[in-house]
Order: sequence, then structure tokens, then C-alpha cells
Amino acid sequence: MSEIKTPDVKSRRFRMTDYALIAMMILPFVVCILLKVLFTPAHEGVHIAGALIYLEIPAPVQPLIISESQVNSWGVIISILGLCLYLTHGLTAKAVCKRQLAAEWIVEKCQKLVDENMGDYFSTWAAFVAAILGLSALSSLSCLVGLFAPTGDVNVTAGWAILVFVLIMHYKFRGGFWNYFSGLFKPIPFFAPINLIGEFSTPVSMAFRHYGNVLSGAVVSSLMAAALGGLSRTLLGWLPGILGDIPFLRIGIPAVLSIYFDVFSGCMQAFIFAMLTMMNVAGAVPWEEWNARKEKKRLRRSAAAG
Amino acid sequence: MVELALGIMLGLLGLGAGIGMIAGIGPGIGEGQAVAKACEAIGRQPESKSEVTSTLIMGCAIAETTGLYALIVAILLIFVAPNMFAGIIMNAVK
Repeated sequence: MSEIKTPDVKSRRFRMTDYALIAMMILPFVVCILLKVLFTPAHEGVHIAGALIYLEIPAPVQPLIISESQVNSWGVIISILGLCLYLTHGLTAKAVCKRQLAAEWIVEKCQKLVDENMGDYFSTWAAFVAAILGLSALSSLSCLVGLFAPTGDVNVTAGWAILVFVLIMHYKFRGGFWNYFSGLFKPIPFFAPINLIGEFSTPVSMAFRHYGNVLSGAVVSSLMAAALGGLSRTLLGWLPGILGDIPFLRIGIPAVLSIYFDVFSGCMQAFIFAMLTMMNVAGAVPWEEWNARKEKKRLRRSAAAG
Repeated sequence: MVELALGIMLGLLGLGAGIGMIAGIGPGIGEGQAVAKACEAIGRQPESKSEVTSTLIMGCAIAETTGLYALIVAILLIFVAPNMFAGIIMNAVK
């Protein structure tokens, strides 16, 4: 076993790598803001619209659209990668850097969350759940710097929900196809359509819950900003010169709403999405049937062997 | 005539969005009851406050779903449907 070398924190190379990683965290947001500024058309007054479309690539069935939400979510992904690399840069057994404590705290919390909610078998799922949690939270929080939150686009959350749905299905089929298929007709065959709808309502409700919360926050915030602009024009319009044109009431008041809608609701929805992922996946495994199947397979193999 | 049709369409869409948001009553009542029960539970066992609170927030967020469905329908009716139906009316007139 080779000894882990203690990194020289003061060395020039270590510092340069740190600066590069910090730039990797911040630059994606800067690029996204720049793109948004370049592509936003001029408008006045209240303006509520979905994601801007940056690029349309012609494709056989319908044009492939590269929209703001896709670009922003890739920016968030790169930024999270930078954050992870930064936090784990210079890891040692003795914790030379303070950031190692933050990294250990995050890993321990995620591992504890997954262990409590999913059981021992899914212990390795901490990475996936932490990825969903971080991506979702940072996507919702990216509207704090003026970007369009990728989670406010139903396509993004629907993509995550479909991924979770595939995982749920994978674990449901562990008990065998016939077991799953006959489960749809329980307790009486009349319930089959309702059970089928129930299967597909999981991803739909997960996607719509997250998207609806973030979008409603954005809509209410922009309506509030427009209303405050009009109010300050009527109340403070008598001020001389350019002072009358400045919407003073817009200063500070929308920030109170933003604390709830952007920060609290965004983090809450990220947590709920991760929680539902864990519960749905952990609850999908038919343990008895799966164990019976494994046992049967083992018996067949031993019988074939002699 | 087309103006009249468009006007009726826009009015009815707005009306539909407003009526659809009546669904907001349900989650309101449900969450209110949940909070009331949580307060009772905390009053009875103050030491379980953190667990009750986290369960409450989780449950409230899930109970909100039906209200959010109505909200999404209303948002679609206001921002998406007018363009679509105006296109249909214009095609019918041609």
C-alpha cells in the first residue's frame, strides 16, 4: 500500500488548480447569463414567458430545440462537477483543508438519509440520490442570479421523472414479469385500468409537482414585480425628473417573496423529489417473490449440476 | 365576426382558468388540518418537534399536488391555449 502524500497546500500548483476549479464553478453561470442577455428580445412591462429558444436544429420529425433550460442545466451540471472536484481536492486522512470537513459532512448526511429511507440493500444509492438532490437544488437556486430556472421547464423535470420511472420498473420486474402483470389485476380484474393509470401517475405527479412549484413561484414573482412597478408610478410619480421614473417600491420587497419561492421552495422541492425517488424505488422491490425466484433458480442450477 | 369569436374564446379561457383554481380550496383545507394536528402533537410531546415538523412539511408538499395540477391547467389555459385556439379559429375562417 502506497502512502498517501500530504498535499502542499501552499504550493503554487495546488493554488492554481484551486483557482481553476473555482472558475469551473462560476464560469458556467456567467456564460449562461451572457447567452440570456444576448438572446432576450426587448420588451416592456410584465413579461411572462417560458424558456428562450437558442437554437433550432432541423431534424426529420420536428426541429430539435436547444433551449435556455437545457443550456442552463448543463451549466449547473458543470458547476456541480467543479464544486465536487474543489471539495475533494487535497483529500487526506488527517483533513488538512477545511473543505474536506464540508465534503465529509455532505457525504455522511446523504449516506444517512439513504440508509434511513431505503434500507441496507440500497446503501450504494447515496451517490444517485445526492446527485438528484444537488442538481435539483442548484437548478432551482440558479434563478437567484437571474437565470431561467431549468426546473421551471416541464421537460427537465419530466426527464428526471422518467429516469426514476425506469428505475422503479426495473425493480418491479425483479419478481418476474408474470408476477408484475398479474398484480395489475388485483384485487379484481375490473381494477386493471385504474392500476395501470396508477403506475404512470407516479412520474407524472413527480414531474408536475416540481415544475409547478418552481413555475408558480416565477409567475407570482413577476406579477408582483409588475404590480409594484405600477404602484410606485402612481404613488411616487410626482417626484421631479428621473426620480419619478425609478420604481422605488421594487427595491427590497420582491426579495422577501424570493426567499420563500426561490430559496425555500426550491430546496424543499429538491428534497421532496429525492425523498419520493427513494421511497418509490425502495418500495418497488417485491422481496418475497424475488427471493423465491432466486431460490428456484439456485435449485435448478444445482439440479442441473448433478 | 372573427373578433367576436376571438373575444368569446379569450373570455371563456380566462373564466375556465379562474374556475379551475377552485381546486386550491382542497389543499388549503387539507394542509390546514395537517398543521392543526401537528401543533396538537407538538403540544403533547414537545420533544418530538423536529420529527413532526419534517414529516409535516413533507406531507404538505405532497398534499399540494392537486392544487398544483389545477395551477398548471390554469397556466396552460392563460398562456398556451389562446395561441392554439386562435390558430384553430383562423384556419376555420379561411
